[in-house]
Amino acid sequence: MKETLLLTKHMRENPEDSHSLKSYEKNGGYESVKKVLKSGTPEEVLQEIKDSNIRGRGGAGFPTGVKWGFLAEDEERYLVINGDESEPGTFKDRILLERDPHQLIEGMIITCFAANISKAFIYIRGEYAKPARRVQSAIEEAYEKGYLGKNIFGSSMNLDIVVHLGAGAYICGEETALLNSLEGRRGEPRLKPPFFPAVKGLYNKPTLVNNVETISSVPWIMSNSGKDYSSLGVEGSTGTRIFSLSGHINNPGNYEIEMGSSFGEFVDTLGKGVKNKAIKAYIPGGASAPWLRGDQLDVKMTIDDVANEGSMLGSGAVVMMDEDTNLVLAAKSLVSFFAHESCGQCTPCREGTTWLENILERVASGRGRLSDIDLLLDVCDNISPGLTWPPKMTTICPLGPSATASIVSLMKDFRSEVEVLLPKKVVIG
Amino acid sequence: MSWETERLEKAKQIIEMYPQKRSALGPLLYLAQDKDGYISNESIVEISGLIGITEVQVQSVASFYSMYKQEPTGKFLLSVCKSISCEISNSSDVINSVKNFTGLSNNETDDENFFTYESVECIGACGGAPAIQVNYETVEGLTPDKAVDLCKWLKEEEPEIVVADELQDKFGGVKSFDWAIADNNGATSPVPGFQTYDTSKEKK
Repeated sequence: MKETLLLTKHMRENPEDSHSLKSYEKNGGYESVKKVLKSGTPEEVLQEIKDSNIRGRGGAGFPTGVKWGFLAEDEERYLVINGDESEPGTFKDRILLERDPHQLIEGMIITCFAANISKAFIYIRGEYAKPARRVQSAIEEAYEKGYLGKNIFGSSMNLDIVVHLGAGAYICGEETALLNSLEGRRGEPRLKPPFFPAVKGLYNKPTLVNNVETISSVPWIMSNSGKDYSSLGVEGSTGTRIFSLSGHINNPGNYEIEMGSSFGEFVDTLGKGVKNKAIKAYIPGGASAPWLRGDQLDVKMTIDDVANEGSMLGSGAVVMMDEDTNLVLAAKSLVSFFAHESCGQCTPCREGTTWLENILERVASGRGRLSDIDLLLDVCDNISPGLTWPPKMTTICPLGPSATASIVSLMKDFRSEVEVLLPKKVVIG
Repeated sequence: MSWETERLEKAKQIIEMYPQKRSALGPLLYLAQDKDGYISNESIVEISGLIGITEVQVQSVASFYSMYKQEPTGKFLLSVCKSISCEISNSSDVINSVKNFTGLSNNETDDENFFTYESVECIGACGGAPAIQVNYETVEGLTPDKAVDLCKWLKEEEPEIVVADELQDKFGGVKSFDWAIADNNGATSPVPGFQTYDTSKEKK
């Protein structure tokens, strides 16, 4: 199995200066946008994106062309790039921001041309100071060249881009929470309806919110074609995707591949195998995704195949856990994450995740009670009734329901690991 | 004490970047923390006046986000990651070694206002787990011993600018990906080093 480099080709071939405008242009950068601005129409761009069948790379996997099509008419509209990447296990946007910021900027200009937008924001998580610096430097280079600002590339188009740093709240990766954050508010998700960003987004104006990787794909799609893009990968999961591979793996990293291979092949070839022994379990798509077992490595890496197994490809974060892994501690780490990151608006999530964390804490430390397995599952059921996947919602956003994924996985496939930590039932008489 | 002229000028520049003043709240909170090490009451009053929202509204936002500090922070903020990829790569050993060396519990600052220690959720360095940030500059592929070496070095050198690449060269190991391009810019306070906020400086 080999990588297919579209988004990471330039950075891979020009390691010494791929972040610079000079290197980007030398390798064909900004040619797409020049072509589009000279002879293209917004309708043509939208059609290419629709033809590409690209689905959002943030986690939800919504078709990008459809999302763009929803954008309501208004004189004032915005593009907001979601670079909040905080899903545990995920570090793919980090490399795109850090090593090829001009690719993102070019994608943004084309997107804004297609959607008639003149003000855009890049929301980058606060912990990504270095990637944010690189993006800001690139934006300044682009302004100097006349690629941003007024009458860019000599056309009638104007575009300003502002980089906005987050401040350590995972929930701001949820698009409506992100918009609240960008408006200078607490990062609490908004109710949909009515606050669909494409209709009522930033400052209540129609807003496109797209992931870094999604928009970084736009220049390639436009310099080739939507059809070329859709010929890569498999139906329903077209194009390439950057997977972040971590955990007990010999060769962790970001790998750009066409979707459709199996996890096992991915791990054995590009990941060069697992460090010790066998894989006990793995996370196929970030902390929110239910685990798959080590005997499920033949599952194909596509959005639909992983969904059919009762999990999700999510943010493309693959975390391998070998047979020595303490899965109770792993689940506790994941649940603690959600408890810490709950915004606190909805009771099932705010209270439920904290309860889950406390109960798992006592189980892991050997102070568990016989009833704790039932109690954990009961709390999960109150956050997400029925414990199905995709989870049923009792909350405004999916954060709380996602927190149940690791516990349900633990109880479904690895219950004995919990049971050995609990006291034995004593029969009297 | 109200903000000095220089900081007010910077604040006005930042406010102008946004269609609505309130959007500048986040960056202005960083501006406050850059100088004071935390969000002081004086800064809350100042920011409230600058963008025209109440002091309580400013405080309500400041207290929501973990990177805005409610109490004075040391010169070096040590943030050790404990999320899943780091957890299964023995981040708890790194956490213990940093805690032992500094003598600090979670979210504590030492008497000299030198170190603040915190364990944090995912910092996006999963391929180089376990990882730490010093003033939001990332070091990947850490070991418990290297983490102590890092703390000792900070104690001895007291660098004015914390640069990720420098720390990585000295104390880091496996990285999430090839960083490739050397970067001499870094943070001068426990705030993300970012040029627009004037919190980033270049190490010569």
